[in-house]
Amino acid sequence: MSFSRSFRSVVLIKQVPDTRNITGEVMTAEGTMNRGALPAIFNPEDLNALEMALSMKDQHGGSVTVLTMGPMQAAEVLRDALYRGVDRVVLLSDRKFAGADTQATSYTLKCAIDKLGRYDLVFCGRQAIDGDTAQVGPQVAEKLGIPQITYAEAIVDTKGNEIVVRRAFDLGMELVSCELPCLLTVVGSANRPRPASARKRIEYKMASTTNEYARLLKKWPEFENEQALGEYLAKRKLNIEVWTANDLQVDESNLGLAGSPTQVYKVNYVVLETTDSKEVQPTAEGIQALIAELIQEYIVG
Amino acid sequence: MTTEPNTERNVWVFIEQEDQIIAEVSLELLAKAREIAQLLGSEVWGVCCGYETGDLAQQVIQHGANQVLLAEDPELEMYRTLPYCRVIATQARQWKPYIFLIGATPVGRDLAPRIASSLKVGLTADCTDLQIGDYTSKKENLVYKDLLYQVRPAFGGNIIATIVNPHTRPQMATVREGVMRRGEPDPNRTGRIEKVDVTIEPGDLVLKVLSRETREPTVRLKDAPVIVAAGAGVDTPEEFELVRELANVLGGEVGASRAAVDAGFISRDHQIGQTGSTVRPRLYIAAGISGAIQHRAGMDQSSKIIAINTDPNAPIFQIAHYKIVGDVAEVLPLLIKSLRVKAK
Repeated sequence: MSFSRSFRSVVLIKQVPDTRNITGEVMTAEGTMNRGALPAIFNPEDLNALEMALSMKDQHGGSVTVLTMGPMQAAEVLRDALYRGVDRVVLLSDRKFAGADTQATSYTLKCAIDKLGRYDLVFCGRQAIDGDTAQVGPQVAEKLGIPQITYAEAIVDTKGNEIVVRRAFDLGMELVSCELPCLLTVVGSANRPRPASARKRIEYKMASTTNEYARLLKKWPEFENEQALGEYLAKRKLNIEVWTANDLQVDESNLGLAGSPTQVYKVNYVVLETTDSKEVQPTAEGIQALIAELIQEYIVG
Repeated sequence: MTTEPNTERNVWVFIEQEDQIIAEVSLELLAKAREIAQLLGSEVWGVCCGYETGDLAQQVIQHGANQVLLAEDPELEMYRTLPYCRVIATQARQWKPYIFLIGATPVGRDLAPRIASSLKVGLTADCTDLQIGDYTSKKENLVYKDLLYQVRPAFGGNIIATIVNPHTRPQMATVREGVMRRGEPDPNRTGRIEKVDVTIEPGDLVLKVLSRETREPTVRLKDAPVIVAAGAGVDTPEEFELVRELANVLGGEVGASRAAVDAGFISRDHQIGQTGSTVRPRLYIAAGISGAIQHRAGMDQSSKIIAINTDPNAPIFQIAHYKIVGDVAEVLPLLIKSLRVKAK
């Protein structure tokens, strides 16, 4: 008889401003950023992490719980996770969490994972596109006291309480085995994230935090008040849980800005320094003159 | 007259190595650490983990370390997060360095956050510059002297943030390869080698490396005097061949923006920019590159920049010395032809 087991997974995700395609409208003439012009998206590599967790569940059974820390609007990425097939979502949102660096963020996430109870695997994206630090995953693992496997591309095997993981780098790869529980940070080449399921989209479109009830009531006037709506949603498990600092066992001095050892001393917006440029005509004569000039200046020789 | 070094302000560098060959970025950091230690009147210490490391510690001294902490154990032969973190964090607790620098390689980006979390100190990732300066905390009404300014791009390179760690020590930062300049080894330099007791807990060994494959990069753009780089405007194999040909005629290397790499014309080794290599060639030819900030971050220090783009408003033109508004399919053959004629 072959021994098979299921895995309880926790996936840490982040809603980020889409910094990949910054256009003129986002940067103002003074070189400051108009953040409102940046769409908020599901951090790309977190989708790869979620996909890895979901495919573990497809193969072995178990559960997938998704955590995110952020403002109330981050409920949007949790709904997206529900559309893709996760079992449970929790939003960590509190003014006390705000302004956190990677130390304070990883502390808060660690306390939330503790509250969830037993887990086998924690997944995160390798890094988030707004900060690109790649620090939160390893720091959560350290605080949980579990090993980390960064740059994870695939879980290639599972045996009992051990997984075998392929790690992928620009200049090579590594195969490691590790006892559970452990934390994986997942790279973008790992998989092609499944799209939202149309059925689940219908099932979960009303999934909301209490903050969103007022907006929902306008859409669904058949509910008398927020309480009636809340009861309806709770019965169908469509209420998105929100945990604040009071819901966690935390030392508040480790949270948010106050719990962040790094401080931003200053921020400079990148302004293009215009170089005196010479216009060269895209003609044989223009190019010949350019080459002659470069040779004369010993740039080419 | 010599003054005693201020050991409370020592600057540590993690020495990444494989088979006693020190990673470029560690050599670059040793050179930077020397500069910083001189300003602070303190010492540079190299932190090495490995097994049977031969003359590794001597090399570290020749590259600028006053002291090397050498941890040798069979369990440290191959890099693994937990044993390395255990050994290094223990040393940091004992010696209390002021600054601790680590290369932003896959190893460094795995190790540094784990150490910082264990020591409960601040860490700044992927710094592009490090300076020493004062910091006034308005909230505390205090001036912190001689902190490490950790300068890094954020928000996809659209802002440059300077980060400080006023309260926690060491002040930790990772730095990408290529942004600092390495020095030459000085065989006359002397230093101390301190062998470190290695205690590894059984729990540190739950991860095993089954196999490891590394390959050499197909190109070292960092040292190329001339780079011809392709962007999204180079969108056929024939046009890409023109880029290679021009690089060939100039005796240079082929670079690429992320768009050209994603299009599959060339391997990621050739990518220039915030993700990719940082380069400062004598001549940089940007063919069909619009000049997104992520790309410019990796090449704007080039001595001469020629940009070719069909869009006269492409941002790359703002940093280009020579602006050619035109199609790469027409301009590249003209450049190749003119160079061939001149070479005769």
